[in-house]
Amino acid sequence: MKYLSEYRDPAMARGLVQRILDTATKRWTLMEVCGGQTHTIVKQGINEVLSNAVEMIHGPGCPVCVTPLVQIDRALHLAARPDVIFTSFGDMLRVPGSECDLLQVKARGGNVRIVYSPLDAVEIARRNPDKEVVFFAVGFETTAPANAMAVWRASELGVENFSVLVSHVTVPPAMVAILEDPGNRVQGFLAAGHVCTVMGWDEYEPLAAKYQVPIVVTGFEPLDILEGIWMAVRQLEDGRHEVENQYVRSVRREGNRPAQDLVSRVFQVVDRGWRGIGTIPGSGLGLRSEFASFDAERKFGLEGISAEESADCHAGDVLKGRLKPFECPAFGGRCTPESPLGAPMVSTEGACAAYYNFSRVQADVPVGVAS
Amino acid sequence: MITTSLRRSALQQVACPTPAPDSGCVQLGHGSGGKMSARLLRERFLPRFGNKYLDGLGDGARVPVEGVEVVVSTDTFVVSPLEFPGGNIGHLAVHGTVNDVAMMGAVPKYLSAGFVLEEGLGFDVLDRILDAMAEASAACGVEIVTGDTKVVDRGKADGLFVNTTGVGFLSDGFRPAPDLARPGDSVLVTGPLGRHGMAIMAAREGLAFEADIESDTASLVPLVEALRVAVGAGVHCLRDATRGGVASALNEIAQASGVGVALSGDLPVPTAVEAACEMLGLDPLYVANEGVMVALVSPEVEADALAALRAHPVGASATRIGHVVAEHQGMVVLRTGLGGTRVVDMLPGDQLPRIC
Repeated sequence: MKYLSEYRDPAMARGLVQRILDTATKRWTLMEVCGGQTHTIVKQGINEVLSNAVEMIHGPGCPVCVTPLVQIDRALHLAARPDVIFTSFGDMLRVPGSECDLLQVKARGGNVRIVYSPLDAVEIARRNPDKEVVFFAVGFETTAPANAMAVWRASELGVENFSVLVSHVTVPPAMVAILEDPGNRVQGFLAAGHVCTVMGWDEYEPLAAKYQVPIVVTGFEPLDILEGIWMAVRQLEDGRHEVENQYVRSVRREGNRPAQDLVSRVFQVVDRGWRGIGTIPGSGLGLRSEFASFDAERKFGLEGISAEESADCHAGDVLKGRLKPFECPAFGGRCTPESPLGAPMVSTEGACAAYYNFSRVQADVPVGVAS
Repeated sequence: MITTSLRRSALQQVACPTPAPDSGCVQLGHGSGGKMSARLLRERFLPRFGNKYLDGLGDGARVPVEGVEVVVSTDTFVVSPLEFPGGNIGHLAVHGTVNDVAMMGAVPKYLSAGFVLEEGLGFDVLDRILDAMAEASAACGVEIVTGDTKVVDRGKADGLFVNTTGVGFLSDGFRPAPDLARPGDSVLVTGPLGRHGMAIMAAREGLAFEADIESDTASLVPLVEALRVAVGAGVHCLRDATRGGVASALNEIAQASGVGVALSGDLPVPTAVEAACEMLGLDPLYVANEGVMVALVSPEVEADALAALRAHPVGASATRIGHVVAEHQGMVVLRTGLGGTRVVDMLPGDQLPRIC
């Protein structure tokens, strides 16, 4: 397929793999930030072919994985209300809350709909004036502009029966949290290409300098990921720690200014809880007071809903790279893809689910060590 | 085969149950053809109905009738929209059941058809669907010999639901079955993947994308007959790759036979299907087909099997996608272009579009 197959060419990919293996004089530990990159790495088996040169730690950049339990529970509460049409991106539907997931609420009569664009949710609100339509506004800086646009548009059109349950997170504070963690093992990052398409990369330069880690803005196709890894490994071998841009066909240094402007007009920086990790100061986006009437938490009085995460789930340590999934006591026993305790076991790209599947093929990866 | 395509649940009780993994009621995912479907059958249907014919969970059953082995298979069809590029629910209702009979190695002869019609369904739509069934059954060499119609209130059915049951007859020495795969077998698919599922997605309201994709709905009877004539007992397993796609069909075979399936990275996915899947965050390996089967054949007959399949228009692009191995029993593993591996597991429920 044009503009896609070029970035998946097996011969070129094998060439890059060889270059990485030739360049690395020791085994480096890199983290890919974004869930989309994890998807490609797992799908293509990149971690496996590079295992002598690089250990890839799957980072916290999967919105499905890091949306805090309390926000899932609030979503479940809203979706169960008979006066609400609850709209969401597809893969949030199977994320376990304290007691069930959105698919189960749907089966019991909740009106839950998958949308591909938050603007579709605004349209549903316009077509259903007798219902309250709530959109689950999750994700990183990538989805923030479209979600901001939905609120903006609803405000312009005076769509009063539309609101958003916001759980937006931003990448740089999470990287700081990982780097400041006493047990941190990450030596370099592949930054999320689409986040940087929106935000540019200048906010990563102070991080690279302060923590002396290479950061390579990287795309999502196999050749992108391999080139990003190669660039990071080269920096590590040279003793450099710079921000480099692999994803030149999409990312400019300053990012997408109109998108940034829209996001800052609708959202402001807030503290945000991350599932399994806890609250990271300044790591989230919340609605500005001018748009408070579109805030589902206020509109439906959800502040009182709280949630306790399972003590058995060590997703936070996994997402920070401190713990390998199979080192978690619940892994493969009490926690499996069919019955997940935490979000990384939910999607096939989640770090825990990826290891769970992989371990069934590779005998040297243990399963369920202490379950 | 017991069909679990339940598209709606009528339970109005709105409350979260405990514990989470068992919802206490039917969910759409129970109709996905994935792990939830399998669990539903294993826990609720088989304990009550189980017998030596049903327990294999094949595409149909081979039952003795006055000393002759006859194949019976039933399937229920629910699709929205009723009409889509490449066909309508009438084509599916004939091809789906006829194909299930064929997967058991039989030549289908008779069909029953039971209809649930929704009050308000236009006669123009109904006529087109019935025309499609008449044409398709004539082309497949089957007759619809008995039937039933029921009408329900507006809002109680999605226009029209239809169940068909097929009866077919076997030839000597040809009994493909899901548990007959052996290490070394070649894994073949008979056509390009993912067309039906993506044609339906593109035709659905609310998805603002247009794609030039037609459903592949087709009878597989001529292909099975061609294989039988060309290589006979060299055919070990046949499975039509309907809901859950090629991935689910191969997982079922791997589990039933206690073998592993190793796929090469080279899968026949049409560009338009690949593009639509990329946009929507879906994996073509799990997308439904209605005119593609997987065939597991002895390696020594692979060339003859492919030649026989390719001689027919429906099988013109038949190709090998992998082979059976003794390792990783019960699992399907894909070797990527890079030389890495990826587990192609059965999905828990429906495939959900990814955010990122």
